[in-house]
Amino acid sequence: MKGSVSEPAWVRWALIGVALAFLVLNLALPLAAVFAGAFAKGVAAFRTAVDEKDALAAMRLTLLVAGIAVPLNIVFGLAASWAITKFDFRYKSVLISLIDLPLSVSPVVSGLIYVLLFGLQGWLGPWLRAHDIQIVFAVPGIVLATVFVTFPFVARELIPLMQEQGRTDEEAARSLGASGLQTFWHVTLPNIRWGLLYGVLLCNARAMGEFGAVSVVSGHIRGLTNTLPLHIEILYNEYNYVAAFAVASLLAGLALVTLVAKSVLEWRFRDQLAGTGH
Amino acid sequence: MFRQRTIIPGFGLTFGFTVFYLCIIVLIPLSAIFIKTAGLGWDGYVAVALSRRALLAYRLSFGAAAIAAAINSVFGLIVAWVLVRYDFPGKRVVSALVDLPFALPTAVAGIALTALYAPNGWLGELLTPLGIKVAFEPLGVVVALTFIGLPFVVRTVEPVLADLGHDVEEAAASLGAGRRQTFTRVILPAILPSLATGFALAFARGVGEYGSVIFIAGNLPYRSEIAPLLIVQQLEQYNYAGATAIAATMLMASFAVLLAINLLQAWDRKRMAA
Amino acid sequence: MRAILGLTMLLAGTAMAAPVGAAPVTLLNVSYDPTRELYKDIDAAFAKDWQAKTGDVVTINQSHGGSGKQARSVIDGLEADVVTLALAYDIDEIAERAKLLPAAWQKRLPNNSTPYYSTIVFLVRKGNPKGIHDWNDLVKPGIAVITPNPKSSGGARWNYLAAWGYATKTLGAAKAKDFVTKLYHNVPVLDSGARGSTTTFVERGQGDVLLAWENEAYLATHEAGGDKFEIITPSVSVLAEPPVAVVDKNAAKHGTAKVAEAYLRYLYTPAAQEIIAKDFYRPRDPAVAAKYAAAFKPVQMFTIDRNFGGWTKTQAVHFADGGVFDQIFEAAKR
Repeated sequence: MKGSVSEPAWVRWALIGVALAFLVLNLALPLAAVFAGAFAKGVAAFRTAVDEKDALAAMRLTLLVAGIAVPLNIVFGLAASWAITKFDFRYKSVLISLIDLPLSVSPVVSGLIYVLLFGLQGWLGPWLRAHDIQIVFAVPGIVLATVFVTFPFVARELIPLMQEQGRTDEEAARSLGASGLQTFWHVTLPNIRWGLLYGVLLCNARAMGEFGAVSVVSGHIRGLTNTLPLHIEILYNEYNYVAAFAVASLLAGLALVTLVAKSVLEWRFRDQLAGTGH
Repeated sequence: MFRQRTIIPGFGLTFGFTVFYLCIIVLIPLSAIFIKTAGLGWDGYVAVALSRRALLAYRLSFGAAAIAAAINSVFGLIVAWVLVRYDFPGKRVVSALVDLPFALPTAVAGIALTALYAPNGWLGELLTPLGIKVAFEPLGVVVALTFIGLPFVVRTVEPVLADLGHDVEEAAASLGAGRRQTFTRVILPAILPSLATGFALAFARGVGEYGSVIFIAGNLPYRSEIAPLLIVQQLEQYNYAGATAIAATMLMASFAVLLAINLLQAWDRKRMAA
Repeated sequence: MRAILGLTMLLAGTAMAAPVGAAPVTLLNVSYDPTRELYKDIDAAFAKDWQAKTGDVVTINQSHGGSGKQARSVIDGLEADVVTLALAYDIDEIAERAKLLPAAWQKRLPNNSTPYYSTIVFLVRKGNPKGIHDWNDLVKPGIAVITPNPKSSGGARWNYLAAWGYATKTLGAAKAKDFVTKLYHNVPVLDSGARGSTTTFVERGQGDVLLAWENEAYLATHEAGGDKFEIITPSVSVLAEPPVAVVDKNAAKHGTAKVAEAYLRYLYTPAAQEIIAKDFYRPRDPAVAAKYAAAFKPVQMFTIDRNFGGWTKTQAVHFADGGVFDQIFEAAKR
């Protein structure tokens, strides 16, 4: 049976070849360049750069910010994709486009908007200062900017998937007497869990790696409001090329840790996974 | 008036939350851009945001983003297909690699790409004798945006492709369809919406990208200057309104493109359903 | 703000070590890019000195970024007690737009409020293969000059003005624009910041000569290993003065005015001047300057105030939209 729904071997290998060549050229080589930079002065220099007070503080902040921004966007992503794919309403395309919008906003600007709102010269700035509340140039601003930048990821991952899956499963569950929550938990979630996982991974990676927007609202205070990408920039700007690249490779590794988790999950649930092609 | 009757619950809650969150995080902050721009007046707006130099910068930003998204649509589809359908040694590693452009801060990506494509870099050394200059030329912008955009296409197509069961294809095959016919008639229509989404996201991301492009572009006015760089230059002059004017222009153009793609998809879905 | 910061620090798991006895004071120094190493040493030295004198413990937090961007952050509410930026124009803007310090701030400390200074020099490849010795060598056909865009980099404005000043002095004011136009026609890559230009020149092998601040030229050669490049000091250059100032209103709010002023005055002491010279800035203190004379070649320097009529005017004439710098590129493309 398999032969009739698969390609001839030569097509398969040609496609694999093309895919690998593209990935090597586009992804592996730049990554190799980063590692080459990180280890240009040996392992000792790499370790000094990574195991340093400011770098560790930046790492903690990065994890904290991702830890707040990602769950917020998961909740939003589930709600938005449910509303959009399970129901019909007018101007749906407008709503979807608005969800996409943060992606197209230049990182330079996505930080600026919060400064315009909450900055000292902004609309709420004087009031905030009078009440001694700091949003921009402190952690809340960094979280806001990160939420903005990673806003569409979970939703946009789920919408095409749930559209493709249709509504029949949920309708069947409901007519069999399942409650809304039960339907979501036992029918929808298992169906979308891999899409959701991809969305979370992307969201998380981007939350950790975001530079431009965060840079505008952070204030760059060493040890307090520097995230890892900002710490990298400072190292680079003070002519510490090796340390900058060392921390960069660490950040790439940190964000990719989630991928290992994904692989483990895939391996553990591979039997169920094989069964999802309903 | 809004929706057809359905037995699936939760519309009010999810729709309400979606719109609320969208307003708080995206729409209200973004409105600051337009309000700030309005303070400039029409003539001031035209002088900053519609100058010849700005128009050339838009052309580069939007053009390079479109080319990069197109490249990613083709190769991203192949990568997603290979990852979902085939087994080969090192597949896990390859799969992990796809998300790299997100994990790497954009500035680091830009520096790494420039290191590769500069005339003395690993790839630049091979390309320069052929007369191909990538770094410090508009072509470099395309390279950087291709790097940035790949995960969007792969990760949106992948789950849909994985969800597409073999049964449809088997049915097509048993009805006598060749493999190519099965692909173009059965598989491609099913994944087209996700592919279009991937394209739209990669394009949108590319238009505004700054960090990775700035190192590889050359940044010469009228030639290799991207639009976000003009925003930065306005800010360096403490001209916030000038910066938001350019941002607002880009935002409207991006929104128009995104809306067009999403409408096209909605229309396509209706057509398929009919 | 303190409450929020404190809360977030707890969240981040960064427990601040609270010393027993005297109340700890915290200063925020908002500085520009390549000064991290410099202030790391100065902050430690000052904290020691301050504790010895007053018994108080002072912690100095540092913020680094592009000079203009840092100034904008302070204007928009980053609560800096002191600013130490790349050019007076950026602090002028803080005074003008946010009114956080008086307009005449630059008169408050010695030497135009610049405890250290630098100048613009050339970095060329080992052996100086193109024979570049002075500014007029840069406009020759076939010479590729690497310098950042003065519109996106505050530091790069000094490079431009140095060339302009040379032309005014040697060719006359009428020829200056023509000279600078020719120079920028020789620029193949216009990076957005000083660091980008250095990387383009040092790592990517682009161009024959890099225009750079003297201290950054030293940092770049040290990073690259020291024997691949030569620093050429031109006959005339600009006196690059990165100024420092207390941000009065923030300091008053935090109750740190006294220690902030002491901190900046400390920069003028021989101990600090020594650190400054070691980090490749030119010291003001004559004794320290004499000690490090070998590192800093004498060069005739002109100033922004005397030769260009101050920063506000310079900014409007040269770097504003439609200014001389824009005209240079517009003319090239028509």
